[in-house]
Amino acid sequence: MRELALHILDIAENSISAGASQIRIEIDEQLKEDILKISIEDNGKGMNEEMLAKITDPFITSRTTRKVGLGIPFFKAAAEACEGSFSIESQPGIGTRVEAVFRHSHIDRMPVGDIIGTFLTLLIGTPEVHWLFEYKMDDRHFVFDDEPIKETLDGIPLTEPAVMKFIRETLEEGVQIVKHPESLNVMG
Amino acid sequence: MPSIKSLDDLKKIREEALKKQQLKETSGKTEVVVGMGTVGIAAGARETLKAILDMIESEDLSDIIVRQTGNIGLDSFEPIVQVNLTGESKVTYGKVSPEIARRIMKEHVMGGEIVTEYQIEG
Repeated sequence: MRELALHILDIAENSISAGASQIRIEIDEQLKEDILKISIEDNGKGMNEEMLAKITDPFITSRTTRKVGLGIPFFKAAAEACEGSFSIESQPGIGTRVEAVFRHSHIDRMPVGDIIGTFLTLLIGTPEVHWLFEYKMDDRHFVFDDEPIKETLDGIPLTEPAVMKFIRETLEEGVQIVKHPESLNVMG
Repeated sequence: MPSIKSLDDLKKIREEALKKQQLKETSGKTEVVVGMGTVGIAAGARETLKAILDMIESEDLSDIIVRQTGNIGLDSFEPIVQVNLTGESKVTYGKVSPEIARRIMKEHVMGGEIVTEYQIEG
């Protein structure tokens, strides 16, 4: 995969498969400390110690339709190739938290990529999950919580064209302000 | 934060959507499903799904449900898109690039004609 945003999408799919009703994704770019941290946290069914120990092994998967699950090993390898680290914590019945840390300036670090595309895919494609997206850069941050949106919509689907435009623009605006705070002045 | 200040805008959007719903006779909902397993993602499924969402926005298509699902089990045909029109059997498409997704939306979802050249056994 060519983008960290695609890895995020892939890991979040695991959370959905684990039956999570709430998934929180955080992307944190600390430029001064030269760190890029990504975490995905869910309240899904979790894993026991044995499964957890095996999860980074490409030849183990809980899926029965196909033999190998490569998502976690790929993501781990991507972080470790960038003087980073990878951790996965899980408790049966509580949930799972995956965290990958990268040296921000490392030459092999993949670009963050299209995080808005990833968020939209997850949000629109799995509306039964409560999604929390947090995007941080240095001391600026943007939090997107879909619960107030769904409450306000009260049954109108997220795929209603005007609703989708609203969500897309909210995400775009939020990410833009975090990435380029100077744009705030232009937008008034 | 932008999401807070604009919830009022969303309320207006909701009212408009409700009006639209009342005007229309119940034509049923169309479901479009995109396979989003590891293989699908690596093959470009996110861009395929994005093209579908863009079409819904640009063509102002209501009553379409877009879902993503895990591995469909047809790895060599990823990205995979399934279209469920009300009252018709499910149609599965393989190797759906964003461009093909736009064609499927236009010809099948909007026009009711299956794009047979990309149809696979599902």
